[in-house]
Amino acid sequence: MSDDAGLMTVLLAMFAGAIRVSTPFLFVSLGEMLTEKSGRINLGLEGTLVFGAMSGYAISYHTGSPWFGVLVAGICGSCFGALHGYLCKLPKVNDIAIGIVLMLFGTGLAFFFGKAYIQPSAPRLPAISFGAWSDHPGIRQALEINPLFLLGIVLAIFLWWALRNTRYGLIIRTTGDSAPAALALGINVDRVRLLSTMAGGFFAGIGGSFLSLYYPGSWTEGLSSGQGLMAVALVIFARWNPLYCFWAALLFGAAGALGPALQSIGISRGYHFFNAAPYILTLLIMIASTSPRRSLKGAPGELSITK
Amino acid sequence: MADTTETPGIAVQSGMSNDLLERLRRSSEYVVIPLLALVFSGVLFSVFLFALGKSPAEFFSHVWRGGFGTSFSWQNTLVRAAPLIFTALCVAIPARLGLVIIGGEGALVLGGFASAAIAIPMIGWMPGLPMLAIMAFAGMVAGAIWIGCVGALRHYRGVNETIASLLMFYIAVSILNFFVEGALRDPSDPNKPSTKPIGSENMIGVIPGTDVHWGLLVGVLLCGVLYLVMNRTTFGFAAQIAGGNLRAAQAQGLPVGRLMVVSCAIAGACAGLAGFFEVAAIHGKANASLIAGYGFTGILVSFLARHNPLVIVPVAIFLGGIAASGGLVQRRMDLPDATVLVLQGLLFLVILVSETFYGRLSIFKSKGAAQ
Repeated sequence: MSDDAGLMTVLLAMFAGAIRVSTPFLFVSLGEMLTEKSGRINLGLEGTLVFGAMSGYAISYHTGSPWFGVLVAGICGSCFGALHGYLCKLPKVNDIAIGIVLMLFGTGLAFFFGKAYIQPSAPRLPAISFGAWSDHPGIRQALEINPLFLLGIVLAIFLWWALRNTRYGLIIRTTGDSAPAALALGINVDRVRLLSTMAGGFFAGIGGSFLSLYYPGSWTEGLSSGQGLMAVALVIFARWNPLYCFWAALLFGAAGALGPALQSIGISRGYHFFNAAPYILTLLIMIASTSPRRSLKGAPGELSITK
Repeated sequence: MADTTETPGIAVQSGMSNDLLERLRRSSEYVVIPLLALVFSGVLFSVFLFALGKSPAEFFSHVWRGGFGTSFSWQNTLVRAAPLIFTALCVAIPARLGLVIIGGEGALVLGGFASAAIAIPMIGWMPGLPMLAIMAFAGMVAGAIWIGCVGALRHYRGVNETIASLLMFYIAVSILNFFVEGALRDPSDPNKPSTKPIGSENMIGVIPGTDVHWGLLVGVLLCGVLYLVMNRTTFGFAAQIAGGNLRAAQAQGLPVGRLMVVSCAIAGACAGLAGFFEVAAIHGKANASLIAGYGFTGILVSFLARHNPLVIVPVAIFLGGIAASGGLVQRRMDLPDATVLVLQGLLFLVILVSETFYGRLSIFKSKGAAQ
């Protein structure tokens, strides 16, 4: 009986964790997906995420409006995206290397400006309760859902629809699959990639602001645990499909909640390995889903990591 | 770096042999562009400081004094340069094959942990020198396996090595924490979870007359050896071909898979050695202090040195000096410790963008006017 209760607690905690922790994964992976669809990879979204977290928190602290903080985090993110998009169009400049730099540079800048905001507490984002129908406190808590999570779902569906059915979606996909073909159609390849990377940075910045403004809900230097990088692997796992990105983000959120959930029912052996579950999962997924001989289904043809 | 700036000047003065002149002019491109990039990033950083109302001149004078001004600061700089040399090699060797490995920090952490862990049963009865040799070997093996796996995954499964190596850094940290906070925790140390200390009598000493441990000298020698391996042996030549054109290398019948795994293993062994020296010469035990960011700064060192093992040494000393001056800058100018990170990031960015100028500046190609 107690085993059943323990299992229920773990499952519920993982369900709650999937909803709570998945939002940054969702936003960053949607941003990365959009950038990669246009034929470039931005490894710097980790730095964008951390800087978004810092700037969102700082703005929320100064203006008292967390939603304004989210917006500014997105704008800062698109600035990083613009830097990446602009620099990568120069000849001999490698998008992967620039991504690594922006990861270190974004994190460094965030730590530099963020020193003053480690102590003060800023207004946080509100949650919407969907659990009023239940008497179970665990379920009620699990269904305290942040509006950004819902926004992420809408964004995923919108991107899925727009990439398939709109003119802009076709332009982005063409650019990502074959730059010469896009050029022949009169598309400005560099501009499409710049705008896609900027939009991707905007989403990643929002994902970062979720970290500091909702969960865990404060700005610290150890706030991000590599979500921005895991998102790159997540996009490969999701086969560049926005709807699959959503399910993959939920899976990663649940994996991240595994360690704390097991600890809450008294299983602390191997706690560190359960904490590493998302990284191990990412690595296993990459090992299982890639192949040296054929390119991946759904992969943009111009992408450097899958060529 | 003073001698390198003079190269173009010498070329103009001598001007005897056209061949020599031509070679100097072509190689001067690899000196002048990074130096200009260095200066330009310094200017950008000055603008950044100026915008914050801080004096750039004061900043650079503190960096000079804190990093290179006195014999004390030189020693501080060299102690920091030693691990940077090893972790930069961890990036530079696979880079010859076109692989971008950024998880050297993970190999450093595991190498340090392995060397501390293997020392525990030997404490007390094993004399110092063989014990250190076994520790170093364990650290190198741990690092070699760790990064070697990344190379194998890349070749056999097509897993992107950049992402895989970074993910494995997080896994390495969790392995360290698992043992250090669990089975191998020293119960007599209530403060920071650590392994048992290896004992001060077993630790690596300093180079006579300095406070700098032997790791620096080993690192410099290793750079020389690996330069010869990568530039003067068939192995290095094959690696270079595979890095230039994978298909061509395969068509030539070169064992590309083995080259990748072996290069990555050598790289990992270098980073593991960094971990060994951190344990055996600085900390005396393995704990979370091993995660000090040397692996990540090593990436910058290697890119700045254009993945050339011989250039890694001066660049590592340069960046070690900047890191060593961080404390002084923080105290005197009321700037956060992340200032060094911003400077490094800016430097890295400008260096990468400067790649775009290679082969495009006519000054290095036209006959007659060298610089």
